[in-house]
Amino acid sequence: MLEAILSLTALGIVLGTILGIASRYLKVEGNPLVEEIEQMMPGTQCGQCGYPGCAPAAEGLVKGEAEVTLCPPGGKSLAAALAEKLGVEVDLSKMENKEKALAFVNEDLCIGCTRCFQVCPTDSLLGAPQQLHTVISDICTSCEDCIDVCPTSALSMVPVEKTMQAWHWPMPEKYNKEITL
Amino acid sequence: MTQIPPMSGPYMRKNKSVRRSMLIVMAALTPATAYGFYLFGWPSIILFSITLGSALIFEVICLLLAKRSVSMFALDGSAILTAWLLAISLPPWAPWWIAVVGSAIAIIIGKQVFGGLGQNVFNPAMVARVALLISFPLEMTTYMQPLPLFSDAAPTFMDSVAIVFGMGNFDAVSSASLLGTIKTDLGQGMALGEIMDGRYAPMDWILGNSISSIGEGSALLLIVGGIALIFGRIITWYIPVSTIVALVFIATIFNIIDPGKYPDAMVHVFSGATILAAFFIATDPVTSPMSPKGQIVFGIGLGLLVYIIRTWAAYPEGVSFAILLMNAMTPLIDRYVRPRIFGRTQKGAPLNLSEKS
Amino acid sequence: MEIFNIHGGAKLDGRKSLTADLDIITMPIPDILHIPLQQHIGAPAEAIVNHGDRILKGQLIATSKGLISAPVHSPTSGTVKRIGDFPAPHPSGLPVLTLTLEPDGLDEWAKLPEPLNIETATSQEIADRVSQSGIVGMGGATFPSAVKLNLGQRYKLEMLVINGAECEPYLTCDDRLMQERTEKTVMGIKVMMKALGVPKALVAIESNKPNAFKAMEKECIHDDNISIVHVPARYPMGSEKHLVQALTGKETPAKGMTADLGVVVHNVATAFAVYEAVYHGRPLISRIVTVSGQVIKKPGNYETLIGTPVSSLINMSGGMTDTPKQLLMGGPMMGQPLPNLDVPVIKGSGGVLALNDTEMKDKNVMPCIGCGSCVMVCPVGLLPLDMASRIEHEDVDGADGIGVRDCVSCGSCNYVCPSHIPLVQYFNYAKGRLKEQDIDRRNQDRMKMLAQNRALRDEKTQLALERKRADREAYNAALAKMQTISNTTKENNNTGHNTTNEMDIK
Repeated sequence: MLEAILSLTALGIVLGTILGIASRYLKVEGNPLVEEIEQMMPGTQCGQCGYPGCAPAAEGLVKGEAEVTLCPPGGKSLAAALAEKLGVEVDLSKMENKEKALAFVNEDLCIGCTRCFQVCPTDSLLGAPQQLHTVISDICTSCEDCIDVCPTSALSMVPVEKTMQAWHWPMPEKYNKEITL
Repeated sequence: MTQIPPMSGPYMRKNKSVRRSMLIVMAALTPATAYGFYLFGWPSIILFSITLGSALIFEVICLLLAKRSVSMFALDGSAILTAWLLAISLPPWAPWWIAVVGSAIAIIIGKQVFGGLGQNVFNPAMVARVALLISFPLEMTTYMQPLPLFSDAAPTFMDSVAIVFGMGNFDAVSSASLLGTIKTDLGQGMALGEIMDGRYAPMDWILGNSISSIGEGSALLLIVGGIALIFGRIITWYIPVSTIVALVFIATIFNIIDPGKYPDAMVHVFSGATILAAFFIATDPVTSPMSPKGQIVFGIGLGLLVYIIRTWAAYPEGVSFAILLMNAMTPLIDRYVRPRIFGRTQKGAPLNLSEKS
Repeated sequence: MEIFNIHGGAKLDGRKSLTADLDIITMPIPDILHIPLQQHIGAPAEAIVNHGDRILKGQLIATSKGLISAPVHSPTSGTVKRIGDFPAPHPSGLPVLTLTLEPDGLDEWAKLPEPLNIETATSQEIADRVSQSGIVGMGGATFPSAVKLNLGQRYKLEMLVINGAECEPYLTCDDRLMQERTEKTVMGIKVMMKALGVPKALVAIESNKPNAFKAMEKECIHDDNISIVHVPARYPMGSEKHLVQALTGKETPAKGMTADLGVVVHNVATAFAVYEAVYHGRPLISRIVTVSGQVIKKPGNYETLIGTPVSSLINMSGGMTDTPKQLLMGGPMMGQPLPNLDVPVIKGSGGVLALNDTEMKDKNVMPCIGCGSCVMVCPVGLLPLDMASRIEHEDVDGADGIGVRDCVSCGSCNYVCPSHIPLVQYFNYAKGRLKEQDIDRRNQDRMKMLAQNRALRDEKTQLALERKRADREAYNAALAKMQTISNTTKENNNTGHNTTNEMDIK
C-alpha cells in the first residue's frame, strides 16, 4: 500500500516537473493561429463581416466571437476550411441563401469622377478621368465599397443570373427522422 | 408536370425492401426453429412468443419516445428478427423474465439508444445475451435434454406455462451443454478422450439432438437456411465461409498439437452457436463491414476469437463475446480495408499504363 | 471472342418488349420547332440567321464556336419566329438560347455539300465533314464527334468500338436502327474507321438483342475487319470505359480516355449520322426516339425532327392514357426529368418515357442498414453507402477523398438499395458542390492575388509620394539655406560690390 502511494507520488512529481520546464522553455510566442487564419482570408478588407478588416476578423474568429460563415466573398469553401482549422462544427446550409451580386455601372449616370476605382481592392473597376467607368465582373468580389463612394449612384449591385452550367442537384430529403405525433 | 424541386432519377428500383430482407431471414430460420420447438416442447414456444412480443412492445415505446414514425419502423421486421435470434440463443426452458429483460436490453440499449435502425454498433441480440449471461449465470446455463413435443415425457401446455412462469414443479433433468461439460472437465484435469467418450456424436449435433439452445441445435437446418440466404442475395458468402474456415484451421492445428487437450474441428464447428453465428448473427448488415475484403477480415477475426475464448477464457461458449469484439472492429476495418477503384491502384493513384503488362 | 468480366453491375428488368418489335415510324413535321443552340458538350453555337428569315431544311443556322463545339442546322424549311431564351430539356428548367422555327410545310432542302469520295477522302476531310454536319455523340453524351474522330492524330489507335449495347431499359432505338438500316450503318462504321485510321472495328451488342446481332453479322460477313460481338446484358455495359474493359480486359486509367488504351468508342446511331453526312451531305437534323412507358398509348420508335416539342411527339404518337407519375428524357436509370412538356427533343434524346407508379416502385426512404448491396453492384468499385453517409453530413470533401468524383452516376446502387435511398442524387449534389468549391477556391486565390497587387501598388505609390515630398522639402530647405547665406553675404558686402556672388547664387 505504502509503496504504491510513494511510487505514484514520485511519478507525479517527476512528470509534473518535466511539464513545467517544457511549458517554460518551449513556449510559443503569441498565437500563430491568428496569422494563419488571416492568410486564409481574401484580404480585400471589404468589411462585409462587420470587422474593419481581415486581420481583426481573424482575431475575432480565434477568440470565438465570430462565426466561420462570416465572410461572403470567401463563400462556402472558406467557411468549411475555417471550420476545419478551428475545429468547430459548421452548418453550411445557412450560406445557401446569400445571393451573389456583382457591381454594375449604369452608363447613363456615370460621370467619370474616378472615385470608385480608387477604393476597389481588386482593381475590377476600370476607368480614367472623364471616361466611362466599368466593372470587370469576373474579378468583382461584391465587397460594395464602390457603391458608397459613387456620387451619382451609377453603381449598383445586380444579382448574378443562375445558369445551367452553375446549377446542380440539391441535397435529397432524408427519411423523416423526427415527426410530431 | 413541373415538379419543384425536380425528382432525381433513377426512376426504377429492384423489388427490395428492408422488411422483405428481414422476412426472408426469418423464413430461413424457420426450419431450425420449428425443429427446435419440436425437440424442446411448449416451454420453448412460450418463451419464444414472450421474447418476440416484449421486443415489439419495447420497440413501439422507444419509437414513441424518440418521436420517430411508428408505422414505418415498428413493422420493418428488424425488432422481431433481433428477438428471434435472442430467443433461440436462450436456454429453451428459461423463465419468462429472462426473455423480457433480454428483449428490453436488446431493443432499448442495443438498438434504439444508438439511434434506431442502422445506427447500432453492436449486434443487439448479442448485447442482450452477454448482459444476461453475466448477470444471471445460473438461469443462462441451465440446459435440458430434448423432450420431443408429442412424447410422453414432454410437459403439457399447462405444465409448460407453469415452467416458464416459475410455478409448480416439473421433473426434468437439467444438464450442461457439451462445451460446458468439456470446459469443466478439462479444468478438473480429465483428458479429452475420456470426456468425449460417449459424447462424441457429430451426427447428433448436426441434426440437433443435443443439449443446447434451439439456435445451437440443428446445424444442418441452419446451414440449409444460410445457403438459401446466400442464393437469395440477402447475405454474402464471405463471412460464413471465412469464419468457419478460420475456426477449422486453428482448431485443427491445436488438435494436432495436443489431442488430449484441444477438441477437434468437428466439435467446434457443429456444437455451440458457431453455425448460427456464422450465417445469421455475424452477417447482420448493420454491424459487419461493407466491402467483401473487409468481410473476410471480419470472418477470420471472428473464427479465431471464438476459438481463443472457448479454449483459454473463463466461458465455455465464446461466440457472443467474439461477435461483440468484432463488431467493435468493424468501423476500423471499414476505414482501412477498401475495394480498389476502377482505373486506379489500391492506393488511389490513376493506373500507369506503362507499368501494366 | 473472349469477353471479360466487369466488376459489379446490375441485372435490370429490360422492359424492352414494349417497343422492341415495332418498326421505326417517321414522325410528321410538328407545328412549331424549338432548336436550342447548345445541344452538345462545349461552347454554345452562335446564330447566323435573324428573326423573320426564311430558312431551308439542312441550312446552317448556328456556327460552332471554338475547338469543342458543334454547329446547328435547321430541321425543316420555315420562318424564324424568335431567337431567345427558352426552357431547356434540363431538370432545372433554366433557359437556353433557342431558335424557334415555324415550319411552312414545304420541307424544302437547302443546297447540301457534295458527297465525299470515300476512296480518296483523307481522314481530316472526313472529320471536317462530320464537324460541319453538327454530329455529336448520339448515345446521350453529345460530345462533338469530329473531335473524337481526330484522336487518331494524337493517339496510337488500334480499334474502333461501336456501342450497340443500349443497356438502359425501355430504349430500343439503337436496336431497331441496327435491324432496319443495317447497310447504311455499316457504311458509316467503315467511314469512321478510315477517319480514325484503325485496322479493325468491333460492334458490341448486348445479348438481349439477337435480331440486331444477326442483321449486323449478316451485313459484315465479308468484312474481316469488322466483328460483331455479344456482350452480357448487364447494366451499365453501355458505359464506354466498362464496355472497353469487357472487350479488352483493360481498365482505362482514372482521368484518362479510352484512347489511352488505343480504343475509340462511338455510338451506333452516330455511325449512321456519319453515313448520312459523308454519302449524302445531310447534316444531323433528326433522330430516332423511343417513346415508351405504361402511360404511353402507342409506344414505339419514332424518327423525330430535332426541336420537336415533347408534347407534339407524344401527341403525334398517340398521346397518353393517364397522367404519368414521372416524365423523363433518356432511359429510366440516367435520364433527366422534364420541367414541362413544351421542351424540345434534342440531338442526345434517345428516349421519352412516361412512367406510372408500378413501373417506378417508389417507396418511403428508410435509413441505411449497411447491407452492402450497393458496394456489390458498383461498377467503379466505390462504396456508395460510405459516400452517401458523408455527404449527408455535409462532409463533401470526405466523400471526395473516397472517390465520389469517379462516380459515373449510372444508378446501379440506387437500383438495388433496399432502403430506397436516393444515392445518385447525393452523388450528383456532391459533384456539383465540389465543382462549386473548385471555382470558389480559384476565385479566392485570384482575389487574394489581385488584392495583394493592389495593396503593393498603393504602397509603392505612397512611397513615391513620400519620397517626392521629402525631396521637395529637402530642395526647399537647401534653397532657404542658400537664401540666408546670400543675404548674410549681402550685408557683409554692403561696402563693396559683389554682384558676381549674387549672380552665382541665383
